[in-house]
Amino acid sequence: MDDSIILVVMTPFVGAYLSPLLGLWRERLCHLVAVAAALLSLFFSFRLAGSVLTSGTIRYWVGGWEPPWGIELVVDPLSAFMCLTISLVSLLAVIYSKNFIEKELPGGKMTSYYTLILLLIGGMLGVVVTGDLFNLFVLTEIFSVAAYALVAISGKRGSFIGSYRYLILASIGTSLILLGTGYLYIITGTLNMADLSVRLPAFYDSWVVFGALAFLLIGFGIKTALFPLHTWLPGAYSIAPTPVTVIFSAAVSKVGGYSLIRVLFTIFGLEFITDLVPVAPALTWVAAATILVASMFAISQTSLMRMLAYSSVAHIGYVVLGVALAVEMGMTGGILHIFNHALATGCLFFCAGAVIYKTGIRRIDDLRGLGGKMPLTMAAFTLAAVSKVGIPPSAGFVSKFYLSLGALEAGEWIFVIVILLASLMTAVFYLRVINLIFFGGDKHEGKVQRDELPLSMLVPIIILALGCAVFGIFVGIPLRLVEPAVMVLSGM
Amino acid sequence: MILEFIAVNFPYLVSVSLLLVGLYAMIVRRNLIKKIMGLNILSTSVFLYLISVAYKEGGAPPIRVSEVEVYVNPLPHALVLTGIVVALALTSFALVLTIKIYKEYGTLDSDKLMDL
Repeated sequence: MDDSIILVVMTPFVGAYLSPLLGLWRERLCHLVAVAAALLSLFFSFRLAGSVLTSGTIRYWVGGWEPPWGIELVVDPLSAFMCLTISLVSLLAVIYSKNFIEKELPGGKMTSYYTLILLLIGGMLGVVVTGDLFNLFVLTEIFSVAAYALVAISGKRGSFIGSYRYLILASIGTSLILLGTGYLYIITGTLNMADLSVRLPAFYDSWVVFGALAFLLIGFGIKTALFPLHTWLPGAYSIAPTPVTVIFSAAVSKVGGYSLIRVLFTIFGLEFITDLVPVAPALTWVAAATILVASMFAISQTSLMRMLAYSSVAHIGYVVLGVALAVEMGMTGGILHIFNHALATGCLFFCAGAVIYKTGIRRIDDLRGLGGKMPLTMAAFTLAAVSKVGIPPSAGFVSKFYLSLGALEAGEWIFVIVILLASLMTAVFYLRVINLIFFGGDKHEGKVQRDELPLSMLVPIIILALGCAVFGIFVGIPLRLVEPAVMVLSGM
Repeated sequence: MILEFIAVNFPYLVSVSLLLVGLYAMIVRRNLIKKIMGLNILSTSVFLYLISVAYKEGGAPPIRVSEVEVYVNPLPHALVLTGIVVALALTSFALVLTIKIYKEYGTLDSDKLMDL
């Protein structure tokens, strides 16, 4: 039995226990603990991915209890893919935190910050490896509570309200998830996902199953921030400290999407969601609406953070759209976009945070002339924005290309139009920003001198920006995991 | 007929009405404390549902004794216990936030807070 699967989850949790203790003694040690825990998680994720690729799905029985009685951890290619994405982004965010948090969160909050962020990481990794529906709910709650606290941690104006709104909406979601889980347990007598998928077909015409599906969809829809359940997101994203925002947009909302995929494909199965109850086609329309509405809102924003937040909502829409098309190309594009968008959005939020760190600028209009001041950061911003718009040969282009192919394969040409239109809208608001940065003239006349970031912030930015370019050309690397993941999900 | 339906499904009907009351309070009520109360009512309705599903008429506690045949299902109880812990954490954190918001803005009216 492979122990990496439990270690990948436990490492951040053990770190979260150690960090308050060490924080009592030396506050700076917390950062080291967090980096070490995130690094170890990344290492175990790579080991997991390696063994999934060589020997197929891995199962681990927690406490040695045999499923369906005990809790089972299952890592298939999709879980391994999510583990890698989450732990990579988390590691970079924790590294980035070093200088950023010292400046932005004064007053002894460092210990609690790192403790919470480790809980957040551990909870998300737990969600993607668990094979038990109730366990999924508990871990969702763990990372959600950490997320609410992280939104409020800065104590700045509006942070408490942002956190409160997030909490109220998201806890409606989690209550509905629990209710849906209860429904499924009542009718099948099991909580194990693999076991559920075996037993459910006997009850396909039962109202209880429809109810369960509806509750789970709405619950995870709120977590994923699908339109019109996205209202909590921009407030929370723009107020949280930047490394947290990066984890939110690159990982937390993707974990919601992952849970949706698990519920739809692993538990209910492809046949149920496309033929018996047309949930997947309905979801494609919801996703298309998410993409268009969020892109429209993004154009009208004056704050850089809020613009990026809305753009992030739109891109979750791409992931859901691709997966809900339920054809091979579309699912490949959707799942691949989880990774590609994590790179791009992570880089963009890091850059926005860097601008706040150096200059305190939050409004888009004030960005004029920053291209001369922080050339490396702004170059990275441009590269990531190019990937988000989907200009070849960036990573974003590849996943959007797959998505369009998927839409054509499914015979839904209207979604190709949606993708193209949304890409144009994305181009509108990113090119406006890039234009201001490099050609907007100099607002701070005569004061321009190069003023780059400390290395701990610059390195994550550059790694992600290069990732956007590299994975556009070497698409084969993420596809090695994505293709088997699609095979497993669609039951081929 | 209707009376019988109500009698048989009484716990579920209570659970559904509590669910609706909770949702109403969370979405429509403007007072932040009342929203938190709504959150509690909502989660309680889910707990009530799970507990009443686990109950069996004349069921014994789930400990194996030779002459007992019918047991109450223990697993939903374990789920509810976990759920209660989660709801406690959420409630306490939400109340802390409410105190902080009141200290900062001097109001608990969500409409007024939106305008700020």
